Amino acid sequence: MSPANEDDSKSNHETGYEPPATKRTPEEWAERRSALEAKLAARNATRELEAKRSSGSGSSMKGIAEGLKLASEFAAGIIVGGGIGFVIDKYAGTSPFGLIVFLMFGFAAGIRNVLRSVGPKPANPLEGRENSGRPPENAKDS
Amino acid sequence: MATDPTDPIHQFDIFPLVPIQIGGLDFSFTNSALFMVATAGVTAGFIYYSTRGRGLVPSRLQSMTELTYEFTANMLRDAAGTAGMRFFPFVFSIFTFILVANLIGMFPYFFTVTSHLIVTFALAMMVMSVVVGYGIKKHGVKFFNVFVPEGVPAVLMPLVVLIEIISFLSRPVSLSVRLFANMLAGHITLKVFAGFVVSLSAFGALGVIGSILPFLMAVALTALEFLVAALQAYVFAVLTCLYLNDAVHPGAH
Repeated sequence: MSPANEDDSKSNHETGYEPPATKRTPEEWAERRSALEAKLAARNATRELEAKRSSGSGSSMKGIAEGLKLASEFAAGIIVGGGIGFVIDKYAGTSPFGLIVFLMFGFAAGIRNVLRSVGPKPANPLEGRENSGRPPENAKDS
Repeated sequence: MATDPTDPIHQFDIFPLVPIQIGGLDFSFTNSALFMVATAGVTAGFIYYSTRGRGLVPSRLQSMTELTYEFTANMLRDAAGTAGMRFFPFVFSIFTFILVANLIGMFPYFFTVTSHLIVTFALAMMVMSVVVGYGIKKHGVKFFNVFVPEGVPAVLMPLVVLIEIISFLSRPVSLSVRLFANMLAGHITLKVFAGFVVSLSAFGALGVIGSILPFLMAVALTALEFLVAALQAYVFAVLTCLYLNDAVHPGAH
């Protein structure tokens, strides 16, 4: 906690013992309110952090869901890549090179899928999005 | 159908209830179709019944419907912005359909519609065709910016675009396979453990004692399956929203 904050809290503490007859100016009230808000914000922040930490380690269910999600993302990339390669081989008669090459592309696409669903979402430069301060997408869909 | 009662796959059998043949194609009304109709009916009926009072202070049922509505609306607004809200009826229908289909599948002897790949794939393709259709209609050629990420050297561009296209094509696959695999695997596991109880208790007193463990497991798995049913509907809906975001704002990721 910053020294200024500590100072405020001390004065709050003192005023708690003063008789209510002492009139406060609006400035003093505002100061008091901002000090309380800062304290509340700090307390809420630590509480949220703790909640996040406990939920992160506590529920393995969330982890299983996340793992299954990523596995299916990765597998889907490979399946689609392999499928495209297989079809190309079948109709162009290039067997087995289409399958080999597109399986690798599919692998890359699978990695891309996983990265997209894990990594932070870059800010959208276009209009209509109010979620700049939100957690990345993977925090929501598991 | 005199099959082994512990056969875990038997529950996924599709059989025609009303055989219909049109031009050599099988349009039979199957048990799957029956449960799809039931899902849609239960969903629509529940929403209609619960909002019947239209109270300013909602009743319990009405607040359930309102919660579902707001939940879906927030999900869509977060993912696709205000411009994406035009898809709200679509997302809400998909979310409630999958949720109710999964939950109906939890009843014993009921058929789980979403445990068939073709059903989930049809849902996923519906989402993707809406994404591609709306994207091209709204943005024209600019929609294909989804395949062109920013800040990539020109030399690597063809490679990256190819990978992006495969990645895009893999979306309906991962979307449908995830839902289908979760429901199928969950129901099979549940049935296998329940089947242990039946088979073990055929061995007399010792078997009955031994069947306590798989029975407890089946109880725990039932709870897990309820969680998975809700979770998978949610995941499907969230990813639908994210993909719709591509249609509304292409080239923004």
